[in-house]
Amino acid sequence: MNGAAAILKALERQGVTTIFGHPGGTIMPTYDALYDSPIRHILVRHEQGGVHAATAYARASGKVGVVMATSGPGALNLVTGLQDALMDSTAVVAITGNVPQALIGTDAFQEADVCGITQPVTKHNFQIRDVGDIPRVIAEAFYIASTGRPGPVLVDVPKDVQLAPFSGSFDVEINLPGYRPTFRGHPRQIERALEALERAKKPVLMVGGGAQHASAELIAFAEKTGIPVIPTLMGLGAFPGTHRQFLGMPGMHGSVAANWAIHNADTILAIGLRFDDRVTGKVSRFAPNAHTIIHVDIDPAEIGKLVSTAIPVVGDAKWVAAELAKGAKKLSIAEWWQQVDEWRTKHPFSWNPKPYLQSQEVIHAFWEATGGKAVVTSGVGQHQMFTAQFFKFDQPRSWINSGGLGTMGVGLPFAIGAALARPGELVIDFDGDGSFQMTLQELATVKKYNLPVKIVILNNGFLGMVRQWQDLFHARRYSEVYLADSNPDFAKLAEAYGIKGLTLSDRGKLAEAVQEVLEHDGPVLLDCRVHHEEGVFPMIPSGGAAEDMIIENPREAVEAGD
Amino acid sequence: MRHVVSVLVQDKPGVLQRIAGLIARRGFNIESLAVGRTHQEGLSRISLVVTGDDRVLEQVEKQLNRLIEVIKVTDHSEPHVERELALVKVAVPGMEERLEIKDIAEAFRARIVDVARKSIIFELTGDSVKVHNFIEAMRPYGLMEVMRTGAVALSRGEQVLKVREKKAAV
Ligand SMILES: Cc1ncc(C[n+]2csc(CCOP(=O)(O)OP(=O)(O)O)c2C)c(N)n1
Repeated sequence: MNGAAAILKALERQGVTTIFGHPGGTIMPTYDALYDSPIRHILVRHEQGGVHAATAYARASGKVGVVMATSGPGALNLVTGLQDALMDSTAVVAITGNVPQALIGTDAFQEADVCGITQPVTKHNFQIRDVGDIPRVIAEAFYIASTGRPGPVLVDVPKDVQLAPFSGSFDVEINLPGYRPTFRGHPRQIERALEALERAKKPVLMVGGGAQHASAELIAFAEKTGIPVIPTLMGLGAFPGTHRQFLGMPGMHGSVAANWAIHNADTILAIGLRFDDRVTGKVSRFAPNAHTIIHVDIDPAEIGKLVSTAIPVVGDAKWVAAELAKGAKKLSIAEWWQQVDEWRTKHPFSWNPKPYLQSQEVIHAFWEATGGKAVVTSGVGQHQMFTAQFFKFDQPRSWINSGGLGTMGVGLPFAIGAALARPGELVIDFDGDGSFQMTLQELATVKKYNLPVKIVILNNGFLGMVRQWQDLFHARRYSEVYLADSNPDFAKLAEAYGIKGLTLSDRGKLAEAVQEVLEHDGPVLLDCRVHHEEGVFPMIPSGGAAEDMIIENPREAVEAGD
Repeated sequence: MRHVVSVLVQDKPGVLQRIAGLIARRGFNIESLAVGRTHQEGLSRISLVVTGDDRVLEQVEKQLNRLIEVIKVTDHSEPHVERELALVKVAVPGMEERLEIKDIAEAFRARIVDVARKSIIFELTGDSVKVHNFIEAMRPYGLMEVMRTGAVALSRGEQVLKVREKKAAV
């Protein structure tokens, strides 16, 4: 056995069945070993597609996603995806080849300082210099990636290490004296949290992506207390979107009810979220009436980083939520609910039907037709926000998007990863015409493995979200955001890859198109020609607060008055 | 506020780069950084001086704790010993100045480690204030070169930084 075979054996021991990747010179010994391995390799067309697919695979399955790449250019193509996984706390292990050790530091062909470059975009990285270390390092990489606050870990393996003979054992001991995640929240702090909630008149529960694995416990706690629940963009699905205690997501494009509830709340219990500025707006004006913020997070560095916390609880969301549920009492907050309900009824997410097709109704139609039973991915932009607003996620791990980094182009590779993680389930990618074009070469991957993903392009002919900002804050000077004059015919493009392609522009044919997409056995792309100047509302301008919320499209009011 | 922070780390390739990178990326203001081996194999110890309020200090500690090779972090708010080593090359224009300079050096207990026709190198240990004051006292004569190691610190008494229980981990 050589080092390369040992890498695959070590991966197998971690339960890995699927790897995404793209080969090249310095990783070739491992690709050679792959030939004899039971592990399935998914050949992507760009390493960025591979790392995004591995990310979605991890998020959709709860397992570790694995991506492999060659040295230099291959490894560097992982950088965006690694940062994306880091920001959204996803367990990914990247294996990269490197030039032989004798050539490291000589500017050899396809050499790059991969460990140096990926240091800030990974939770941790390793370079294996001794073939004997392979089993231990792989075990440590998986342990670090998947425990505590999950994150990406990169393992760089010089080619000579892959080729060296290996005779060691795979029964290794993990030795990380500096890494001991705190799993159990402090009982006294949990008690204090429960006491604070009992005293609260206007409490809310905020739930983030760090609680996707704690859904059952959160529902139990929420139902026992009767508290209003606000999942963040990353938390959607962790608490059911059709539950009567669900208020919608908060923040820049959040619901009126969620934002006003946070603004007026006296007590906030936040579980598994990091108070991103897209959620808080201007921190100094965030939740001005909350005298008690209880923050539960497995990463102590997140607690108190941005928002002052009265009761910090360091621990795993699932464990802490279960403890909270055990001790919880029904809260007497009828008056608060009356108020919250009023906001919710008065300002639901909605759109005004128009003669032309609109993104919101496309997403809504798919939600209705599927009963919400789908794993949904998206690119980044207006279509992402519309999806978060109009698709009601009832299941955890069913909404996979780029929250922290806001990476355009994740939609299609995310759908690929989700389809491989959850075979037999419906996977829909709601994508933008701009975002889709950043990674559309992965249509080839969809074709190669006949992955039955439904790609729905909300084609507004613009970099819509940027256009919206230009509309609102740059006097409608649409600088470099127009795409329609040069967009391809997406349906034909799909056909060119051997994938069924459809175009929809008549809103009268929406229901029919949705059916056709859902009934087609295999991958299909639906190009929806939606209105080109739609805006996402409500909106809290960047750096604003709940009080600055623009509830309806001001443009629409003006135009109606014209 | 000035804080002296001690960090016990595993002696692995790239650790120092990780720590320096993290501090820089997070925008913390770092005054000095000193590193050296400990008496235990595989462990190094870092002394960091940072300035900022309690919130900054808390974040520095928490962020350092997130690094996998960081075993323990402590800030020296308790009684501790703090020392810095400085080498200071001072210009000596004439005989008269030479005597004055020697007097000052004696007051600071600085040792002469090199004497040339027009310069003297002093070696000085002490806390950072003492080193600073010595440098300022020499400035009028003409500082040619100054090299400081940055502060190193140990807690007084029995308290030590050791492997085991890293309370706050990722
Ligand atoms: C890689 C990358 N580049 C640039 C941006 C900035 N950006 C955010 S949204 C957006 C426009 C997205 O356009 P599209 O995908 O067509 O979606 P739409 O907003 O029109 O729904 C841009 C350019 C980004 N988020 N990611």
